[in-house]
Amino acid sequence: MTKLILIGLRAALFWMMTALVALAQTPIQDLLQTYQTEVAKPSRKSIDTVVDALIASGLPETRQVLFKWQNKDLFQRNEDGLFFFAEDAGNDSYRLIDIATGQSVGEYDRKAVTQLKPNAGVRGVIANALVQFQLTDPDPIKRARGLQAIERNAEPSHLKALRASIDGEDDPTLLARKQRLERILTISYDTDSAARVAAIESFSTDLGVDARAALNPLLATTRKAAPGLPQGQNVAKTLKPGSDDLSRSAAYDLLVEARLAPPLVPLSEQKAALIANIENGQVGGIKLRQLDNDAARARAYATLAGQGLAPPTVTEADIDAALARHVFYDLYTEPDSAVTDAAEKALTSIKTRVGLNQALDLALDGLSLASIYFLAAIGLAITFGVMGVINMAHGEFIMMGAYTGYVVQQFIPNYTVSIIVALPLAFAVTFAAGVAMERLVIRWLYNRPLETLLATFGISIALQQIAKNIFGTQARPLTSPGWLDGALVLNDVVSISYIRIAIFGLSLIFLVLLLFVLNKTRLGLETRAVTQNPRMAASMGINPDKVNMLTFGLGSGIAGIAGVAIGLYAKVTSELGADYIVQSFMTVVVGGVGNIWGTLLGATMIGFLQKGIEWLNPSNTLAAQTYMIIFIIIFIQFRPKGIIALKGRAAGD
Amino acid sequence: MQKPFFIRNPSVMIFVALLAAFTIGVTILSQGFGIDVISTSMVKTLGKTLCLCLIALAMDLVWGYTGILSLGHFAFFGLGGYMVGMWLMYERTKAIVVNSLAEAPLPPTPNEIREGIGTQIFGVVGGAEIPPIWVFADSLTMQLALVVLIPGILAFVFGWLAFRSRVTGVYLSILTQAMTLALALYLFQNDSGLRGNNGLSGLQNIPGAEGVPQSELSVYFLWASALALGLGYVLAAWIVGGKFGSVIRGIRDDEARVRFLGYHVESYKLFIFTVTAIIAAIAGALYYPQAGIINPAEMAPIASIYLAVWVAIGGRGRLYGAVIGAGFVSLVSTWFTGGQAPDIPLGFYTVKWVDWWLVLLGLSFVLVTLFAPKGIGGLFDLISGRIAPNRHGADLGPGMGSLREQEAEK
Repeated sequence: MTKLILIGLRAALFWMMTALVALAQTPIQDLLQTYQTEVAKPSRKSIDTVVDALIASGLPETRQVLFKWQNKDLFQRNEDGLFFFAEDAGNDSYRLIDIATGQSVGEYDRKAVTQLKPNAGVRGVIANALVQFQLTDPDPIKRARGLQAIERNAEPSHLKALRASIDGEDDPTLLARKQRLERILTISYDTDSAARVAAIESFSTDLGVDARAALNPLLATTRKAAPGLPQGQNVAKTLKPGSDDLSRSAAYDLLVEARLAPPLVPLSEQKAALIANIENGQVGGIKLRQLDNDAARARAYATLAGQGLAPPTVTEADIDAALARHVFYDLYTEPDSAVTDAAEKALTSIKTRVGLNQALDLALDGLSLASIYFLAAIGLAITFGVMGVINMAHGEFIMMGAYTGYVVQQFIPNYTVSIIVALPLAFAVTFAAGVAMERLVIRWLYNRPLETLLATFGISIALQQIAKNIFGTQARPLTSPGWLDGALVLNDVVSISYIRIAIFGLSLIFLVLLLFVLNKTRLGLETRAVTQNPRMAASMGINPDKVNMLTFGLGSGIAGIAGVAIGLYAKVTSELGADYIVQSFMTVVVGGVGNIWGTLLGATMIGFLQKGIEWLNPSNTLAAQTYMIIFIIIFIQFRPKGIIALKGRAAGD
Repeated sequence: MQKPFFIRNPSVMIFVALLAAFTIGVTILSQGFGIDVISTSMVKTLGKTLCLCLIALAMDLVWGYTGILSLGHFAFFGLGGYMVGMWLMYERTKAIVVNSLAEAPLPPTPNEIREGIGTQIFGVVGGAEIPPIWVFADSLTMQLALVVLIPGILAFVFGWLAFRSRVTGVYLSILTQAMTLALALYLFQNDSGLRGNNGLSGLQNIPGAEGVPQSELSVYFLWASALALGLGYVLAAWIVGGKFGSVIRGIRDDEARVRFLGYHVESYKLFIFTVTAIIAAIAGALYYPQAGIINPAEMAPIASIYLAVWVAIGGRGRLYGAVIGAGFVSLVSTWFTGGQAPDIPLGFYTVKWVDWWLVLLGLSFVLVTLFAPKGIGGLFDLISGRIAPNRHGADLGPGMGSLREQEAEK
């Protein structure tokens, strides 16, 4: 007994001594000594008090201490328990440095000092505390990094530090970011209701994902059932069982969960109880082989329940009575109703804006899809629309263009140069292929359009298989140049990738180019003449053969360029073209044959339509395509000649 | 007094006789009933080929005789297969489920059986509910009626819409292709109720005929296919042989003139389109139990284009041409793609037919279109001495076949 008292006394004496020693030190050392054990052997439990005390002290050395501590650079002198920074002095010894003064206090052997090694969890807490010092760091990059850390993982303690750091901020971008973050943290962590409401209202016109992320949790609700509505709690709304929001079974489940009603006995358990109580080939007085329907099983189970062999079932009347006795409501997790009301209002207003912007985004998507369809179809518009030739191999010309781009990239590593080379080369390759096909096959079939379809289909499957034999079945990459990477971001909702803008630009160029060629050049004039009346054109000194050949080559060449463009954002496979051929034909037919403007309108309509349907049913692009094709079939009913129909003699038949 | 139908059409008699001889020959050589020279899988291939001949016949009616290049008839074929496949799969799964539940201590309720079937069939697409379109799946009679009704109604509605707005020629082809694509894409979805891209499988097992070995079943199906082909041929010959046939040939050659003569062109086209769709569906209903599996990929637009290829290679505008084309191309295709054709070493490169067969088919197709518009069937003209008058130019084909070159050129 006396021994114990002695030990106790000695411990007290020791503590007083160290305290006395500490008192003689600098304020930071005093503070550290107050928490000597916690600093020397920190744990997840004790660390918060120490860090809070350090930060609350406002001492200028706090930041460095925390920083060194986190990096395992804080040392404790064994003889008196004081803490120091240290540097390696060689010979297995450290030169200890006073924390406050930065003066060396002498060299100590490795064994005379203890390096403090906080564990990972503790270091995390320290790092989090350090964030607020980063906010006032003279280096703007470090300040930005600190802000980023808070944005990613905010804590209540950050709010004060952030507010404190706003005044001193001289970088306008960082200042704006800090102010925004301050408002967001206010929503989540401020204790003053009015301040929070003000912050919430300030976001009511904001599209930022971060704002919505801060607001949404405020409206989180839990669904509850109780005998009566609770007083003084923030109830979102009461629910009626059997309505759309709360089905009867869900309501009853809530009651069961809250132990306000006995649980239903599911059919599987009833069945198990029946099986468990089989006696002499019957259950509850009913023969086994009669139990092949639910009514008989229910009767058998009722008998069992009556005998007390199984828990009684809950009847519909029981359920109704239980539902009538209770109220069901959604309870906000956030207790302050002013805050939830403001958040509700702000989110509604944000949703409207988000909806508007999504519509804009959808329109941009539709536009870019339309330009892709336009690019794919415009070559077809020339061969099919202007010349009346069905070229089923058009898709394979697109594929040839894409593969040309791929092959060029194998030889020219610079992506920008390779694209610049690939575009005219793809045109040349498919132009040659188109001319060859026209000379060898199509010109013999001008009077037999249906057979052109079949013959070019033969060429199409041959080309597809040849591509498969040469390049294999796996997709080949066609990499876009670096400056086409990324997207033009208007706000958090609306963005469009540069590559789509480029494709849009490309299709515009082709529209203008083709209109120019067809309307302003000799070739265009001759093409239109031959299309309308080959004999008359021939009488006027135009060589129809040559014109047909060149027109067909032009249409095919454009398909090649479209192939490079499409290959940039889709993988290049031998089926690339086949994926576009039906849509391309649709585009031309819907737009109106024999008219570039028609193709433009057709592509726009189909592009927007497809995006619109996808938006209505986002999980299912297959369904979107199905509905679009059905729509087109119906559309053709009303405008069989397309949106822009040729009139008069030019219409032919 | 008109002579009997078969006397007027000797080719029909010859065809039916040849078909019967073929069927009997295969039966004698088969594993199930004969001397085991032809394997069961070969019998199945031959039976499937007969079904393809039947749909080619339908294609010839609609394209070769009426001039409507439909690129959608394989969709009807597939629909027929799906309809009969639903019954096959449902009943077979039901047998399995009832069997497994028979071991349970309590006899199963109808609900439990339904749930078991639902899980078995639709577990693969993440569902257990039996979709409403399977409502008749437990009745063979109803499903067989649907084989005719569903494609028939679809063809009727589609044809009515298309023909009444005077969509003709290549536009109609593209429209039918779009219809096929839409149907295939729809069936590719998992929630279409027909198991998405998994399709229906296990169709070779006929419920209620578990004791019959496949070697015998295959012969039964061969007989059924041959019977269907024979009946289809006679029907087609009867349709094209009479006045009706003259009208549809007239529509093919010059639709406007036929219309001006007072015929209601749209009705004729609609009739042919619907009837051929039904024939295609029946062919499909016979084909897929022999193939054992059906999935939406079979209905892709390209299949319908192949159908046109067969008919073109066999010879349009003559019924036996279509049958020859379908039989010849599909069997040769099986031979080449099955890896049985010998590779051709060229020294620097070995031509593997698995890789190059499609190239050969595509190019030969171009050549047939260019140089032999009559197809293989044209060879019979050489035998019978029916040579077309030399018009000092390319044969203009059925599309404009009745016109002389000067007229066709306008």
